[in-house]
Amino acid sequence: MTHHDRHKSWQEKGEKVRTKTPERKPVFTTHSEIEVEPLYYQHVENVDEKVSFPGEYPYTRGIHPNMYRSRLWTMRQYAGFGSATETNKRFRYLLEQGQTGLSVAFDLPTQIGYDSDDPMSIGEVGKVGVAIDSLEDMERLLAEIPLDRVSTSMTINASAAVLLSMYIVVGEKQGVPASQITGTIQNDILKEYIARGTYIYPPKQSMRLITDIFAYCTEHVPKWNTISISGYHIREAGSTAVQEVAFTLANGMAYVQAAIDAGLEIDKFAPRLSFFFNAHNNFFEEIAKFRAARRIWAGIMKDKFGAKNERSWQLRFHTQTGGSTLTAQQPDNNIVRVTVQALSAVLGGTQSLHTNSRDEALALPTEESARIALRTQQILALESGVADTVDPLGGSYYVEALTDAMEEETNRYLEKIEQLGGAVSAVEQGFMQREIHRVALETQRNIENGTEIVVGMNQYQIENEVQPELLRVDPELGKKQIADLQDLRLRRDNQAVESCLAALQQAASGTENLMPFIIDAVRNYATVGEICHTMRKVFGEYQPY
Amino acid sequence: MLRPIRILIGKPGLDGHDRGALIIAQGLRDEGMEVIYTGLRQSPAQIVAMAIQEDVDLIGLSCLSGAHMELFPEVVRLLTEQKAEDILVFGGGVIPQEDIPILKQQGIREIFTPGTTIQQTAQFIRQLMKEEKGWEGSLTNSGGAQL
Repeated sequence: MTHHDRHKSWQEKGEKVRTKTPERKPVFTTHSEIEVEPLYYQHVENVDEKVSFPGEYPYTRGIHPNMYRSRLWTMRQYAGFGSATETNKRFRYLLEQGQTGLSVAFDLPTQIGYDSDDPMSIGEVGKVGVAIDSLEDMERLLAEIPLDRVSTSMTINASAAVLLSMYIVVGEKQGVPASQITGTIQNDILKEYIARGTYIYPPKQSMRLITDIFAYCTEHVPKWNTISISGYHIREAGSTAVQEVAFTLANGMAYVQAAIDAGLEIDKFAPRLSFFFNAHNNFFEEIAKFRAARRIWAGIMKDKFGAKNERSWQLRFHTQTGGSTLTAQQPDNNIVRVTVQALSAVLGGTQSLHTNSRDEALALPTEESARIALRTQQILALESGVADTVDPLGGSYYVEALTDAMEEETNRYLEKIEQLGGAVSAVEQGFMQREIHRVALETQRNIENGTEIVVGMNQYQIENEVQPELLRVDPELGKKQIADLQDLRLRRDNQAVESCLAALQQAASGTENLMPFIIDAVRNYATVGEICHTMRKVFGEYQPY
Repeated sequence: MLRPIRILIGKPGLDGHDRGALIIAQGLRDEGMEVIYTGLRQSPAQIVAMAIQEDVDLIGLSCLSGAHMELFPEVVRLLTEQKAEDILVFGGGVIPQEDIPILKQQGIREIFTPGTTIQQTAQFIRQLMKEEKGWEGSLTNSGGAQL
């Protein structure tokens, strides 16, 4: 029998089985509504071109020829709460436990450019992350952490220029020059308008700040990843996997275009662009998503933008497991969800990974929960053997077919966004926001009517759950933060602060690169709120559509 | 004549997580209620002013940033101060169980945590409207699409 005949015979057998034992669902689909067939058997076409080899264009199988056989992914747990001193303790604990990079969570006032004593900050100081008002806090945050050896990722967007400036100055004070520090700022404002909400200025002015950072870092901070173009929050807001990739790559194209328009040379800044994706529950779709994202981006950079440097074509990314998949009910079940999601990120070839803690649907993680989350990665890396060969799922009929389907669907969205005038214009028209909301509502309906099962929440519930012990941020910390800030305002050279801010305001009204002005202000202990407020005066504030 | 229930869904503070607020706003609309959404980053004072201006029956507050203990009671306090305590307040978000009795003591009628369905929320609202405001509608869907 030929292969074709055997497939036919299998199909006939399948039909018979189905008439006796009907399938569990009328139709099987991935979360992105891609229909899943009962069996994949045919090999992909153009294997050489589309799948290629690891470390080779279009990087479907990964950006490194040897992947995790040479170096495991960076285990980078997002952490931060309360004061700088307290967060510094958690950082040092995580490093002692074998974590290999830092990831700073800032509180909302820091992210939106308000000082801790601003009326807008009431109730928010130190809550979702660490409160940073001035360079003094940043010095406490990074105390005794060797910035020449530890790389630091900072989830900071609208106020990214300020926090990066602080990091540069702390490095200098530790004797580590800007040319040697390594890390990432998120610096992705477009997804803030779409999904995350920590915007300050309107899009045009925000894009200028971003390209100023690109230009400054290319010259002075060459090892820094100047942006982390993020699908994570788009997915958390409710999008499908396809939308996550499509909107993220569309935003990426907008940043590349903005930098080119600002006169930057693509092969100088593009190698420092990085990405950040979510790992949700639909295991194979997630793996296919990462592989498709790499392939699409490589094509965009090479063909659309004409980049020549191979490193400009490579999509490097961080992954975090899906926060919105965690349940408040039976929280220990979340450890299993996180494991499956983390495995998809590893099989998808991530460069770094954050695994969520089991209690994050309830509060910030306790030290014990954070440790289990880190151990989950260590078990995957060191016990499971999945890191021992490159792209173990490459050539899987299903995974390759799904990778193709993800690519096709993503390109459909990219065309649509192009028709709307690109990502900035699509965001201003609320296109992505509406698309995400539509899916989020549908997901909620499916959970409520039981089409979508969430174990422990809408099935297999238990009565009278025992509440786990949760982390509480000491409310006194907020008061101390405010007292310290007000004390700093008395101690510092206020004349120097005033003149730095005046210079910044003037530069903001013109076209000069703002980074040197912000670094000066930071060095003189101007606060995050003062610096951002100075730019608010010139740039105005974003009003949602 | 049976009038629809009017609700303001508010996002107090700096929290940008509005997936839940947007879903509950749409969900309650589909349950036949009139719903206004404040948008992000509203101070308690702004929320109270909007609630009075829009003449709503209830305010639903959403907060996932941990600022609920400061912001939710402040809304109730301002309503009382402005003699608008007939506007009933409920809330939802990432809120630890142990905070719920304290919030209820301060006048928040109910707190909904992750996993609550839209129907449960709607049911609670109708019941509360009957008990406290003599609202005469039906306890089940008062029109609109069934979720």
